[in-house]
Amino acid sequence: MEIERSRPSQPSAGAQEAPKTGSKSEDAAYWEGLEHTEEFRQLVSARLRFVLPATVFFLVYYFLLPLLNGLAPNLMRTDVVGHVNIAYLFALSQFFVAWLLAWFYIRRANGLFDRLAAAVRDRAARERRAAP
Amino acid sequence: MNVTLVLFLIVVGITLVITGWAARRTRTTVQFWAAGRSIKGWQNGLAISGDYMSAASFLGIAGLIAFNGYDGFMYSVGWLVAYLTVLFLIAEPMRNTGKYTLADVISYRMSPIPVRSAAAFSTVAVSASYMMAQMIGAGSLIKILIPSLDTALKPWFNWTVLGTKLDPSITLVGVLMMIYVIAGGMVATTWVQIVKAIFLMGGAVLLSFLVMLHFGFNFGSFFDSIAGVKDSKSGLNFTQPGILYAYGKTQVWGVDKALLENVSLGMALILGTAGLPHILMRFFTVPNAKAARQSVAWAMGLIGSFYIMTTFLGFGAATLVGKAKICATVAPKCTPNSNLAAPRLAEYLGNSFFGTGGGEFLLAFIAAVAFATILAVVAGLTLAASGAFSHDFYVNVVRTHILHGQVSDREQVLVARITAALVGLLSIWLAARVGATANVAALVAGVAFVIASAANLPAILFTLFWKRFNTWGAVASLVGGSLVTIWLVAIGPGWTVPVNANPAFPLQNVGIVSIPIGFVLAIVGTYLGELVKADRLAEQKFHEIDVRAQTGLGAEPVADVA
Repeated sequence: MEIERSRPSQPSAGAQEAPKTGSKSEDAAYWEGLEHTEEFRQLVSARLRFVLPATVFFLVYYFLLPLLNGLAPNLMRTDVVGHVNIAYLFALSQFFVAWLLAWFYIRRANGLFDRLAAAVRDRAARERRAAP
Repeated sequence: MNVTLVLFLIVVGITLVITGWAARRTRTTVQFWAAGRSIKGWQNGLAISGDYMSAASFLGIAGLIAFNGYDGFMYSVGWLVAYLTVLFLIAEPMRNTGKYTLADVISYRMSPIPVRSAAAFSTVAVSASYMMAQMIGAGSLIKILIPSLDTALKPWFNWTVLGTKLDPSITLVGVLMMIYVIAGGMVATTWVQIVKAIFLMGGAVLLSFLVMLHFGFNFGSFFDSIAGVKDSKSGLNFTQPGILYAYGKTQVWGVDKALLENVSLGMALILGTAGLPHILMRFFTVPNAKAARQSVAWAMGLIGSFYIMTTFLGFGAATLVGKAKICATVAPKCTPNSNLAAPRLAEYLGNSFFGTGGGEFLLAFIAAVAFATILAVVAGLTLAASGAFSHDFYVNVVRTHILHGQVSDREQVLVARITAALVGLLSIWLAARVGATANVAALVAGVAFVIASAANLPAILFTLFWKRFNTWGAVASLVGGSLVTIWLVAIGPGWTVPVNANPAFPLQNVGIVSIPIGFVLAIVGTYLGELVKADRLAEQKFHEIDVRAQTGLGAEPVADVA
């Protein structure tokens, strides 16, 4: 593999090599073939379905804070309980939103994404054995 | 020697012993760089927290809140939310495709010589600017612990280097730290970061507890007291946004300048983390993608809790001590140094709860925790910078492609040490140029995080997710993004207190301009590269990195730990 070849002076840590093939173009064809399998497509679309909306959501939620602080200062300076104002509560809520999103992601990744990734690896192993 | 200094030295001594012990346990290359890839998720989470929470998080944010109230808390928010970028987009693909450094991942698809050289450059730029802030933090601590040092050293220490007068405290402590880190085998091992993260959390919990004890655990009266602190210039109280950058005063490009500063700062905070070489390196120490995501979860829990506590540290210092008394040497009309808010708060709380000796003790303890924090982060940054240079540039570019021949371990370590020394000296010089009263959190967020988001992040994201991305695009963003950021910061207002009043570039936080430029450079570079048909391999290789990043096929395995 390229990464090993490009580092002749570094002893390999005994990498569990991805399947070796003859030439570079064969290598590329192998990976491209895997890319087009049903298993891989499922994995990518499952990740995308979660990561894309979640990323858009956290970016919007996060940038609302400085934007509102600047554009609606009187609203943000409104006290809610005692001298605790909306600006502080909104800032504090960012921590809990971040933790919650991380928790959602990890739950999804430990279950669905890992299962789909394992399916791609199984497929790769089967195809390796089938090859001459 | 005063009591504070002795206590400080004892606590620091304990940290050094632990570091030395950890160093002796590191033998092979994989162990040295990637801890044998056998680190568990929770251990790595603690270690990421240790690497991440630097002088900026502890001394810097506490100071920003103590001096500017609410606006300082924005740094805490951004630096936690940043981990969502890391978790969603970066952590697992990095683990699946990387080996030792950031450049391993990028150069995987690209021509190794230009990309490794460019990545070494941006890594050194991020690390040196990050380290500059750590040097300021350490120098500030020395100034509070040994107030007479600067005056005492003056006769021997009157050097001007390239137009900048060196600061005696910063130089002395900086050189000592570098000697220690370099001679000690440059250990920033996982265990050092874990021990330090626990120290830091302990210190923050203790101070928060004492602040709340002072207010009888009554949040209402704590916030009443914060609202009683008024900013003299704007008339706002400290719970209100708009003190650090006053809204509605001046316009830049037709938009409120304060708004631009805050959005720009936010961009650097949440995007920069995903491009920090010393944090990304941590993902190569775990056995698989699952452990990588678990380590982010642990880090987010710890870092988030710590940043919520900056409320107590920062506002506590604002209400109980006050800006006017947060100086290296407290005297009427002394020069405030925001980096000393947490130590001065510790001294106040110690005095009020445990009598006179208590203040000295708690000041020494918190200063030692802060110093251990800085030392561990400096070690981590040194490892990243010298790793980028010796591993990526020297071994993989110079010795593999230009001067052929076997590189002995000794030679590689020697190159790493020389790099470390040079980066250390550069950061000491930069620290003196900026000055000890510059806030270290603002500085880190304003330079290191912007370079990381403008140079490294486009290169990493496009390598992983954009098929057409090629060598030209990678080099353009890594080098161009770094240079544009450094240039804009250099001609902007800067962070020296007081700031440059007539800058050529209006914003302190340059991210809103330089981060988009970094991404545009990556795209334009890619299309230019396509025009000259420079790099057809990059697109072929994309299929491989795509599959590997998503599935972990052929990832570097757990090393045999003999």
